[in-house]
Amino acid sequence: MSELTLTVMRLGFLAVLWLFVIVAVQVIRSDLFGTRVTQRRVAAAGPRRAPDQRAPQGRRQQPPADRSGGRRRRGAPTKLVVTEGSLTGTTVALQGQTITLGRAHDSTIVLDDDYASGRHARIYPDRDGRWIVEDLGSTNGTFLGRSRLTGPMPIEPGSPVRIGKTVIELRK
Amino acid sequence: MSSTRTPTGAPGAVPGTDPVTGNTTVGALAPPSRRNTELAMLVFAVLIPVLAMANIGLAKDGSLPPGMLGYGAGLAAIAGIAHLVVRRFAPYADPLMLPIATLLNGLGLVLIWRLDLEPTITTARLGGAMAPNQLIWSAVGVLLFLGVLILLKDHRILQRYTYISMVVALILLISPLFFGEVNGARIWVTIPGVGSLQPGEFAKIVIAVFFAGYLMVKRDALALASRRFMGMYLPRGRDLGPILLVWALSLMILVFETDLGMSLLFFGIFVVMLYVATERTSWIVFGLLLSVSGAVAVASFNSHVGHRVDNWLNPLSLGANGGVTETAQAMYAFGSGGLLGSGLGQGYSRLIGGIATKSDYILATVGEELGLVGLMAVLLLYGLLIQRGLRTALAARDPFGKLLAVGLSGVFALQVFVVAGGVTALIPLTGMTMPFLAQGGSSVIANWALVALLLRISDTARRPAPEPAAGIDAEQTQVVRT
Repeated sequence: MSELTLTVMRLGFLAVLWLFVIVAVQVIRSDLFGTRVTQRRVAAAGPRRAPDQRAPQGRRQQPPADRSGGRRRRGAPTKLVVTEGSLTGTTVALQGQTITLGRAHDSTIVLDDDYASGRHARIYPDRDGRWIVEDLGSTNGTFLGRSRLTGPMPIEPGSPVRIGKTVIELRK
Repeated sequence: MSSTRTPTGAPGAVPGTDPVTGNTTVGALAPPSRRNTELAMLVFAVLIPVLAMANIGLAKDGSLPPGMLGYGAGLAAIAGIAHLVVRRFAPYADPLMLPIATLLNGLGLVLIWRLDLEPTITTARLGGAMAPNQLIWSAVGVLLFLGVLILLKDHRILQRYTYISMVVALILLISPLFFGEVNGARIWVTIPGVGSLQPGEFAKIVIAVFFAGYLMVKRDALALASRRFMGMYLPRGRDLGPILLVWALSLMILVFETDLGMSLLFFGIFVVMLYVATERTSWIVFGLLLSVSGAVAVASFNSHVGHRVDNWLNPLSLGANGGVTETAQAMYAFGSGGLLGSGLGQGYSRLIGGIATKSDYILATVGEELGLVGLMAVLLLYGLLIQRGLRTALAARDPFGKLLAVGLSGVFALQVFVVAGGVTALIPLTGMTMPFLAQGGSSVIANWALVALLLRISDTARRPAPEPAAGIDAEQTQVVRT
């Protein structure tokens, strides 16, 4: 092997190694994008997005589809989803066990919320398989829809249960 | 990833607001799954080691090595299977961790293969050629990686095993005591007929699980109950219990197993996680004071540790065999590499004496053959992997996941620091392996499992939040136009 070939290979390899590092950093840049603005009216915004096929846009259009499909179906819900508050996105599978909510560490969902009590509420299935939400004497109350709970109430899939800044709902 | 609702119709209030419809949601950009990015990076990550192998073959005997295509295909198959499983079982996981781990593992395999070509350090007494075995261990590691991703559906399950993890970690840490000394340190468990493994490599993962579960429950007590003194929050005496206990344990590892690296890792990870959990700087000050005083005390009466410290302080002094120390030899290797390196396959790292050229000192080969430029790239790859882990911790929603991600990336970072610092003579050398790069079965298996856990957490963290309910706020708030 000639000296020149070896030198070219040596420098070429270093260049390729650094290229990998630089490409990796470019991939990370996607984390630093600021905020996104989503139109809630999908129909009005549809044509404007169509030409742009990059990955982030593809993700944006998914949630509306989920909204129309996931909520209307009837039947037993299979999971509990946190839709607002610091825990947004957390899901808990509903498997017949009681779910407790509150700031206490042993709760199923530990709320980091100044407006929540230590043992705030619980959600449990009754004999017919319906899911019931019950306020456990919390200070600031639990709201099902817009009404404050005074006793155990069955939850329909999709109706929001609000505790402080956190909103949860049952999904199929 | 909480989304902020802005029921405002004022034109220009939010960039991109449609003045007619007016209903917009401003939130963090939901991370797309990025699996195709990962695939592209993986292809790149497989090609680089193949290029390195061609480079070495051409430099050493002027022809492409015969096993190059088969080896490349093997690495590509491993990476491809891992990618498909991630695509199926962790679709939103971080796109960079798997490619970086693959690249580091591939580079490590090539470097070990390159050192196998040196007859003087591939004698039967030193274990012969190690690259084929290392390839098998890597495949086992990837199998464990797949197993963790497929079987562990949710990292929060690990929280149930907090105290079981503690027991398992203690057993793993203590077990080497019952086996013989190898090279002055008791870090091996030898199973006749199967081989030997380093339980410490697995203990580091289990320890992170235990500390995450423990600190999640106890952090309020450790953070809030304190007195202010000289601008620092001093913890109460009784809250010092856990840190003193862990310190004593790490010192016991140092004294009885003479394993400086594991001891540092064990104590270091506790201090890091304690700091992250409580946000109290005083824990770091205490941790540094305790570890320095402990290390100095042990080094002064334990001959093995003292010897390592001696080598670090006086690398150029003549050793017992009349030659310079290995520390000095590694530094010569870095020096002869210079800025751009001697080129792959053209260095003299076979001259580094002793038994650990392919494991502990592999970074010296990187430094000599790829130079400072290449060494920095490799260290940056480690840095990027650690950064992705910490980013996962930031994005994770549950406190246990946050602490576990910090713990796992912290333990990885500490290990890289301890090894790189030891080889470059920044700190006394300890018998640890560079993750993924160095020869060693336990290390590569454990690190693949660690990456799988981080990917599992990051999949949960980056999964797009479900669409909020057609909110009660929005219904109650009327937009008043003027």
